[in-house]
Amino acid sequence: MLERLKLAWVVARKDLLLEFRTRTAILSAVVFTALVLTVFNFGRDPTAVPTIDLAPSILWVTFTFAAMLALNRAFALELENHALEGLLVSPLSRTSLYWGKLIANLLFVTIVEAVGLPLFVLFFDVPVWHVLLPLVGVIALATVGFVAVGTLFSAMVIRTRFAELMLPVLLLPFLIPPLVGAVQVTARLLSGRPASEVVGWLRLLGAYDIVFVTLSTLLFPHTVDE
Amino acid sequence: MTLAQKGRWTTLVGLVLLAAVYVRALAFTPIERTQGPAQKIYYIHVPAAIWTETAMILVGVASIFFLFLKDARLDSFAEASAEVGTAFATIVLTTGPIWGKPIWGTWWTWDARLTSTLFLFFLYIGYLLLRGAVADPGARARYAAVLGICGMVLVPFIHFSVYLFRTLHPMPIILKPSAPALPGSMLATWSVSFAVFTVLYVGFVMQRYALARARQEVPHA
Amino acid sequence: MLSAEGLTYAFGPVRALDGISFRLEAGHTLAVFGPNGAGKTTLLRVLAGQLRPQRGCAEVRGGRAAIGWISHQSFLYGHLTVIENLRFWASLYGVKREARDRRAAELLARLGLVERADQPVAALSRGLAQRATIARALMHDPAVLLLDEPFTGLDLAAAAELRRLLAELVGAGRVAVITTHNVDEGLELATDIAFQHRGRFVQLAPRAGRDRAQVADAYRKAVGVSGA
Repeated sequence: MLERLKLAWVVARKDLLLEFRTRTAILSAVVFTALVLTVFNFGRDPTAVPTIDLAPSILWVTFTFAAMLALNRAFALELENHALEGLLVSPLSRTSLYWGKLIANLLFVTIVEAVGLPLFVLFFDVPVWHVLLPLVGVIALATVGFVAVGTLFSAMVIRTRFAELMLPVLLLPFLIPPLVGAVQVTARLLSGRPASEVVGWLRLLGAYDIVFVTLSTLLFPHTVDE
Repeated sequence: MTLAQKGRWTTLVGLVLLAAVYVRALAFTPIERTQGPAQKIYYIHVPAAIWTETAMILVGVASIFFLFLKDARLDSFAEASAEVGTAFATIVLTTGPIWGKPIWGTWWTWDARLTSTLFLFFLYIGYLLLRGAVADPGARARYAAVLGICGMVLVPFIHFSVYLFRTLHPMPIILKPSAPALPGSMLATWSVSFAVFTVLYVGFVMQRYALARARQEVPHA
Repeated sequence: MLSAEGLTYAFGPVRALDGISFRLEAGHTLAVFGPNGAGKTTLLRVLAGQLRPQRGCAEVRGGRAAIGWISHQSFLYGHLTVIENLRFWASLYGVKREARDRRAAELLARLGLVERADQPVAALSRGLAQRATIARALMHDPAVLLLDEPFTGLDLAAAAELRRLLAELVGAGRVAVITTHNVDEGLELATDIAFQHRGRFVQLAPRAGRDRAQVADAYRKAVGVSGA
């Protein structure tokens, strides 16, 4: 088990090293996040609807789109020189491969969110300091869920004809439970409502994470082995 | 009789029975007091909704068995069930607004059944698109199975999300007859309609399955 | 060291492998000749454990960790340096850190890549990249070498170079299987020869001193195509 995690980290580290060599994907994702937030700002009428009502949706739509960019590159990296074939011929367990990709994707998306959240606070003048810790917790909880499923699906779509289009189409139904949960909890946190209201949603997010990380780990070998 | 022929007969019987159910619903079942004649769409809407969800669960179950047994027939069944499920979801999503407009004044409401069916519809579309986008038949079957299993597991989460959303945002009270509370003759019509939809599901799946199997037999061009 | 028994693998109705059996002891190199589409890559993938045969079984003593895979696909990451690639692949094969650095230095020296160690692989010429590929495959000192049409895309000089390197590597207690559609490639390295056609070994025999012309002739007869 520990050995598998160590090897997963070797895979993740290699992905992150590659990412920071080229830097194109991470920069694109960050710039994209800033652009989306800017567009949302120009799209709204602050006198008609208070920002605080729309803020959670804006935040989560932004994070979702940025995550898609991250997920698309995960297995595309392995197409160069057929490295994926090399990984599959090596003694690397499929579980370590999946977990390695998952960890790299999570770190990537976390970096984008770490830039996106302060920008969001800045652009929309949303007070978050008093709930920062729970907010970060919810963000983490929801992110793990959709990155887990997204990593699994990205392994399948690289072999399809329109990979960048297929991934969002396949993934979006699976994003709805964690997304709705995250938006609801974020909304309540930002408006200072009591925590008891969000317990149901938090349970949903937690259950989703446990179920889908496990399921994706179990199903991943079928996406790469024949 | 080949499977496809049996399927066609079954579907034909189902459609005839459906027409019969409708005659019964329109002419012989009482009009619901608060909703008027529009309520009669309920007899198609609800059984279709139940079957679209059951079809997704069957896709998931067939996919699990496929990954263990690698039997191509299970993959064909999953494909057939998914297509029929999509058709039924379309029925739900079109009858819903037709029902809704006269009663609630809007074409679309985010009520539990419509919302869940909409998500199921997206799942089905994704499943069928994935099948269409993978050239290699072995990979196609495996990927579809993976997606099918994930879809099946997602169904309870969809329900739970919709339930939580609705308890926190109560919709205006709508008098919708729920199945057990239906008075006698309405319940009878509903049950018959459900049985008819079961027949239709089986008939359509038989035909689609036969088609999928026939395609597999054709040697690679 | 390496054995295959009744290997069968079909892609739909096409039988890429149709009951292939053979055994290889240490120090033997099997050259598998066959036209494109004969199922040679499939054979290697089944031997490597990446594909599970529908019937039959293959066994490699030591499992995947004992296999070094060389093909015309380098498996190297263009944006990583040569040494970073070597370190990454070695870790996957369980080579510990000190052994890793020592082995990398050894291989880089032997393959003439020392000055290129810190250059990204994308900057290397095809011939140098092929050498880096060999280094990658040898980092864990595999007892079994699987070579999938390794000469594809190499010019004459690079091909001669590869032949020289492979001659050093094979034998010496190793087992190797090399697939190719060209009789010239790999013939000198082989101790055993097989012709693969439509998923079967049409002929499997020790090379026993036959020269190129004789092998090309036998190949033509067995497979019905020109071996050149």
